[in-house]
Amino acid sequence: MSEVQELKQWFEREVTAVLNDLYGTALRLAKNPADAEDLVGDAVARAFGNLHTLNDRKAFRGWIFRILSNCFITECRKRRTRAETLINTDQEDGADGEFWLFDKLHQPFLLWWGNPEQEFLNNLLRDDLIKAVDGLPENFRIVLVLAEVEGFSYQEIADMLEVPVGTVRSRLSRARSLLQKALWQHASDRGINIEPTNELNRRDTL
Amino acid sequence: MSNTISNSHPSDKKTIDCEEALKRLFDYIDHELHGHRHEEMADHLSKCRSCYSRLEFEKRLQLHLKGATEQKAPEELQNKIKMLFRKL
Repeated sequence: MSEVQELKQWFEREVTAVLNDLYGTALRLAKNPADAEDLVGDAVARAFGNLHTLNDRKAFRGWIFRILSNCFITECRKRRTRAETLINTDQEDGADGEFWLFDKLHQPFLLWWGNPEQEFLNNLLRDDLIKAVDGLPENFRIVLVLAEVEGFSYQEIADMLEVPVGTVRSRLSRARSLLQKALWQHASDRGINIEPTNELNRRDTL
Repeated sequence: MSNTISNSHPSDKKTIDCEEALKRLFDYIDHELHGHRHEEMADHLSKCRSCYSRLEFEKRLQLHLKGATEQKAPEELQNKIKMLFRKL
């Protein structure tokens, strides 16, 4: 077998091994199956065209996710006219404060529940999670998916997105806070949570 | 993973409070804490029920998120990629 044939076969094997992950990430970035498929197709074609830039074959996974991320960012820039644009620095600073579900679930009025965290997680729907992720601004969504879903390190994500590690950390923290706020909102909309005022009112009426 | 990386001197280790533990929580979950900062966090978590509960909740939420976003590449995409391979 020639060296070129061997390289092609190796590339095929590697792409096949990460195809589900690439598609899962692309779907959360693009938010619809057709665009996600285009994104993956584009990334795979670009990856093969740039295979000479991959110095270490063991780094293939991070390298192809970097290409996928770049394809997505390039596509976003092309579509700047869309309502959702890349976030500004004010949002990155987290001006409107952090939101953590754990704190909400541990307000004193809820303590007579057996295990509020478990209760909340048991009632969490896949759709709630998907909606919450899809509702994040692009710069936060991409960092969250790469870290929480794909398990890349902050340094790997920083390299992929060509931003400092500190930026990855702050965007991830902000993304988590926004995600948890959205989950609380979705749960509240479906009547899972008992807001403090409602619960106190209910007790008052007993 | 991160608890195997430790070049710190034992005297570097100090006791941290819940406020500091909260600041380090996600770095700990993401295996981004090393050395004495990791040890201090692990030590706090071993003694503080509240912070440990918070850690467990965040880890379980992360698992839910991971499960919800897992996807199998559609057959159409798999075929498209196979076609692409043939053209290479």
